[in-house]
Amino acid sequence: MSIFIDQSTRLLVQGMTGREGSFHTGQCKAYGTRVVAGVTPGKGGQVHEGTPVFNTVMEAKRETGATAAMIFVPPPFAADAIVEAAESGLGLVVCITEGIPVLDMARVKKVLKGTSTRLIGPNCPGIITPGECKIGIMPGPMHRSGGPAGVVSRSGTLTYEVVHQLSAQGIGQTTCVGIGGDPVNGTSFIDVLEAFQADSETRGVVMVGEIGGDAEEEAAEYIKAHMTKPVVGFIAGLTAPPGRRMGHAGAIISGNSGTGQAKVAAMKACGVHVCKDLGRLGEMCREVFM
Amino acid sequence: MKIHEYQAKELFRTHGISVPEGVVARTPGEAAFRAVSMKGWPVAVKAQIHAGGRGKAGGVKLVHSAEEAEAAAEAILGATLVTQQTGPEGKEVNTLLIEEGLDIARELYLGIVPDRKSGDIVIMASLEGGMEIEEVAEKSPEKILKVRLDPLAGLWPSHLRQVVYGLGLEGGAAKSVMALIKKLYEFFVAKDCSLVEINPLVITRDDEAVVLDAKVDFDDNALYRHAEISILRDITEESPLEVEASRHRLNYISLDGNIGNIVNGAGLAMATMDLIKLAGGKPANFLDVGGGATSEMVENAFRILLKDKKVKGVLINIFGGILRCDIFARGVVDAAAKIGMTVPVVVRMEGTNVEDGRRILKESGLDLQTAVDLNDAAEKIAAIVG
Repeated sequence: MSIFIDQSTRLLVQGMTGREGSFHTGQCKAYGTRVVAGVTPGKGGQVHEGTPVFNTVMEAKRETGATAAMIFVPPPFAADAIVEAAESGLGLVVCITEGIPVLDMARVKKVLKGTSTRLIGPNCPGIITPGECKIGIMPGPMHRSGGPAGVVSRSGTLTYEVVHQLSAQGIGQTTCVGIGGDPVNGTSFIDVLEAFQADSETRGVVMVGEIGGDAEEEAAEYIKAHMTKPVVGFIAGLTAPPGRRMGHAGAIISGNSGTGQAKVAAMKACGVHVCKDLGRLGEMCREVFM
Repeated sequence: MKIHEYQAKELFRTHGISVPEGVVARTPGEAAFRAVSMKGWPVAVKAQIHAGGRGKAGGVKLVHSAEEAEAAAEAILGATLVTQQTGPEGKEVNTLLIEEGLDIARELYLGIVPDRKSGDIVIMASLEGGMEIEEVAEKSPEKILKVRLDPLAGLWPSHLRQVVYGLGLEGGAAKSVMALIKKLYEFFVAKDCSLVEINPLVITRDDEAVVLDAKVDFDDNALYRHAEISILRDITEESPLEVEASRHRLNYISLDGNIGNIVNGAGLAMATMDLIKLAGGKPANFLDVGGGATSEMVENAFRILLKDKKVKGVLINIFGGILRCDIFARGVVDAAAKIGMTVPVVVRMEGTNVEDGRRILKESGLDLQTAVDLNDAAEKIAAIVG
C-alpha cells in the first residue's frame, strides 16, 4: 500500500518541453512512472522524447486518461497551471516550481477549495512511492520500497538525507511526500498524517519540519488526538535568527512565532519522538518503528 | 523586500492614502530648513532605517524650532540605532524624514497580512495604537480584532464595518477609517505586499484618519511584476556580503559565529547550522547553494565565506541527488585551487557517485578533510576551529 500515488497513476507534465521539465520527466520515466502526456501551450501535436504533447490539460486528460499532473512551469505562470489542472478534474497536482507569489497561491488555495483536487507543493521535491511511481525531482535509487515508514517534509535535500538514513538502516518507505517550503501551500502535514494513519502498510511516520508558521504545532495536536502510529519528528532551524528568510519563503521567524524551540516543545508535548541530532535520525527510527 | 517609512509614505501619497506632510533630509542644515518649511510646530525628526522600535532607541524626536531640528538631526544622523529589530549590531542612520506634527485625538493599530494556512487575507486592528503589537498580542490578545477575507472575493464594505464597529468607532472617525483601510487593502493587493502595518494610525481632532508610521514589506517572489517597487531597494540597509551573494543567486545570511558552511538546499542548510551548534561550534552563516549547484556557484560561495574575517573554518555539506557528488567534488577542487584556501575545510558528501567524489577530493592534494557522516563532519570542524 501507499498514499496518493501508485503504479496505476497516469502522469501528465505541464512544462515538459522546457529544460528542467524535460530532464526530470526523463528521470521519472526511467524510474517507472507512467508518463502519458505533456502540456505546453503552442506545442500541441508534437511528440517530445516519445511522449505526446497537448496544448491544454483538458485535452491531454481526455486523450490519455491522465490522473495526475506534475508542474515545471516558471513562477509567473505556475498558479495558472495549477488552476488549469484542477479545473480539468485531475485528482492530484504536484507543483515543483519555486518562487510563486504568495497572493497567487492564496487565490489558488481558494479555487482548489471548490474542487476535489489535491495539490502537493509548490516549491517542493514532489512525491514518491518507492518501486512504483515517482512524481518529482528527488533521486529515485536511494529509496527502499515496501515500507514501513511514511515520510512527510517541508524540505528537499533534507528529505533526501532522511530517506538515505532510513534506507541505510534497512527501513523502507511506503510513500515520501515533500509538501514544500512556501508559506501558502496545498497539502498540509495533517493531510499526509491522516493518509498515513489510514494506510495499512505504514507503521510509523517521519515528519520533517522547519522554522516559520505553526503547521508543525497543529500537526502535533492532530497526532495527539488522532494517531496511533508512532511519529518521529525533526525541526530544522533551531539556530536560525528571527526576522530572516532562511532560503524557503516560508522559513522565517516573525516576532515570537515560528521558532524551532516552540515547535519542538509542542511536538514533545503531543507524544512525538523528537530527534534533535539529524545524524542519528535513522537509528532513532529503527528503535521506534522496528 | 523592505522599504523605508518615507518611501512607503511616498507610495501611499500617490495612491491617495492620507499621510502627514513630510520630506527627506540628509544633513542637519537641510533638516532645519525643511522643518521651518512645515506648517507649524512641533515637527518630527525621524530616523529612516529598516527596523521598528526607533522611538525607544532615540531615533524619533519632536522639535519646536529650527535650532532644535538641527540639533536633533545632528544627534541622529550617523548614529547607530539598536532596537529590538536591528539585532545587537544596530543600524546606522543616513536619512531623516522631517514631518509635520498632527493634532492627535486617538491612535489605532492596523495591519494587513496573508494567512499561511487558509490563504485568507487578514486585517488586524486594535485601539492600542503606538504600542508594540507583539506585546499586545501576548498580554491581551482580545484587544486585537481580526477580520478575514477571501482574496478571490475581495474586500466588501461589510468587512470594513466589522473593523470599525468592532473597535467601537463612530461617526466621522468610523467613516474615514473605513475609507483608509479600503485604500490600504487595494494597495496591499496591487503591490503584492506581504505586510502592511500602520502603527499608529492616527485619528485627528477633525476625524481625519492619517498614516503616522508605516511598515511595508513586499513579496520577493512578486517583484518581477513590480519594477517600480524593486528600484526602492536600499542595499546600504543590507550586509554587503549578502548583497553580493544575492547577485550570484546564493541564499546567504551572515551570523555571528566562526564556522562557515556551504550546503545544498535550505532545509539541509538550516539543519547543518544546528548540527554545528550541537557539536559545540558556532555557525558563521546560512548558505544554500541550491539543489543543483554548479562549480561556479561553489566558487562564489567560497569567495563570500572567506571575505568574512570571522570565518576560521568551513564545513561543506552536500547531499548529491540530481547533482552528482563527483561533479560537485571537482567544483570544490577547482574553486579551492583558484581562490587559494586560507582556512581548513571539512567536506561531507553523500548521494549519487559519492565514492568517486571522495576519491577526487582525496587525490586533489588540497588540505580538505573528508567526513564519513554528519556528526563526524560537525565534530571535526568544531574541533579544528575550537
